[in-house]
Amino acid sequence: MSTLVFLEHNGSTITKGSLGVLGKAASVDPDTAGVLVGSGVAGLADQAGKYGAAKVFVIDDASLEAPLPQPRVDAIAGLVQAQGFDNVLFAASVLASDIAGGLSSRLGAGLNWDLGDITNDGGELVGRRSALGDTVLVDVGWTATPRLALFRAGSFDPSESGAAGAVENASADVQDFSQGAKLTAQDQEESSGPSIEEADILVTGGRGVGSPEAFSELEDLAKALGGAVASTRAVVDSGWYPYATQIGQTGKVVSPKLYIGAGVSGAIQHKVGMQSSQTIVSINKDGNAPIFEFSDFGVVGDLHEVVPKLTELVKERKG
Amino acid sequence: MKIAVCVKEVPDSGPARKIDPGSKRIDRSGERTLNPFDLNAVEAALKIREAAGDGEVVLISMGQPKALESIRKALAMGADRAVLVSDDAAAGSDLVATSAVLAKAIEKEGAELVIFGQQASDGDGAVMWAAVADRLKMPVISQISELEVSGGNVKAKRQTEFGYDTIEAAVPAVLSVSDAVNEPRFASLKGIMGAKKKPQDVVSLADVGVDAGEAGEAGSKTTVLNLAPPPSRGETVKVEDDGSGAQKVLEFLMERKYV
Repeated sequence: MSTLVFLEHNGSTITKGSLGVLGKAASVDPDTAGVLVGSGVAGLADQAGKYGAAKVFVIDDASLEAPLPQPRVDAIAGLVQAQGFDNVLFAASVLASDIAGGLSSRLGAGLNWDLGDITNDGGELVGRRSALGDTVLVDVGWTATPRLALFRAGSFDPSESGAAGAVENASADVQDFSQGAKLTAQDQEESSGPSIEEADILVTGGRGVGSPEAFSELEDLAKALGGAVASTRAVVDSGWYPYATQIGQTGKVVSPKLYIGAGVSGAIQHKVGMQSSQTIVSINKDGNAPIFEFSDFGVVGDLHEVVPKLTELVKERKG
Repeated sequence: MKIAVCVKEVPDSGPARKIDPGSKRIDRSGERTLNPFDLNAVEAALKIREAAGDGEVVLISMGQPKALESIRKALAMGADRAVLVSDDAAAGSDLVATSAVLAKAIEKEGAELVIFGQQASDGDGAVMWAAVADRLKMPVISQISELEVSGGNVKAKRQTEFGYDTIEAAVPAVLSVSDAVNEPRFASLKGIMGAKKKPQDVVSLADVGVDAGEAGEAGSKTTVLNLAPPPSRGETVKVEDDGSGAQKVLEFLMERKYV
């Protein structure tokens, strides 16, 4: 068996999610390679080798500079066909999902998405995902190779293996229609903290926070804990906090190590975006809020009292 | 401009949604509705047609014949007609099989713009547009939160994990819009009354030029192996804040080594 992992990068960093999938892939299949696609990305290959890639393919071309999916479908399809990879794995993102969807058609390959885990069952891969609002765990398979898979954000932590993989250059045959969509502007979000998908600790504010100003209480706690602030759909719809911070069915799916919900009720649309968090702590005035049903630790109380007090205690503790 | 909007009937959300243990497919026997995210795609198409002053909005779907009942909701909003590919041989289609069918149906219509909603609420899939675009050899722009279409050009803004991208393309193109792109209109009473009379073609795989072997389970490359209940989260502690709530949270965080 041989496996290829798409290594998404932003600037000069390979995303944590991609490196996590790379490590997982290497544990399932020792013959795992990574592929970097872009312009001026050769320098990133070392990073990948350290995280489990026996080999890193670099497809470096000026036509691949913008983070758009279709030229990458051309590049990766060519590599998969030339090298005969059995599996192509992705950490889910806006870009990776579009690449995986395109590759599915190009290669006539089955794609399973939203996976949280994968195992090698005597040469057959079995993916696991939770479905229907996380009410059922589903084991999924593929009936042919190549197999394509998208993993839910934050499914695996990257782990350094120490070894450095070999680097091999490959070329891309980018088709005309793939260059039809052009990136004409890009605004990187200015944010002081990590993005909510990358943060290990998330302090999430819901409608119960009450006002946009009161989010500063959550920001202080997030800062003290070394985390980021996230929000719910109700908060974003009210214009209290940016859409980029929204967790849930119509926002982002996160699985931080620690999730602290303040004034979050825990509606199903929010739950599907955060319930794979390792530890869930919630603070809510309403003792009947559904979030308490899936919290490890809950406080029934006024968040405007509990959160600032907790911030002070954490600061004291950390000195 | 002819605009195709790909829509899907899904089981109505709520506690009743389940997977049939026998077929390992989503149980579609209960209440059904139009995928709520598709309403944004329909709204986007109607806005483009209205701004241009002419054009046609065609709904394209695959499913059981009774799916027309759900699809009529989009006709009531103002779409002009619907094409439903319905065939016993299409049951159990995965992404590969479904994208093949949809692409053929869209090709037959000769649509210049193809619009999808941001995801299917039943299977949580968010990849269909990319698969269809590759088959149609059209540029794709996904997860659009701001959309302008004028004179055959598409200008779209979208959010990614890292910020905002502005992407442009000339038609023909495939788009997917997020639910932030617009507020879907409510169907008027007149719209609802008129929806039934709008053209609704139920066609077979053969009608759109797809071999039975390309669709359904025969054309699919993925399979469901097993279903299991999700693991329970374990013990839950809930305390009333009597002034010591913050202290108790701190102790819990220290115990779990987050502080």
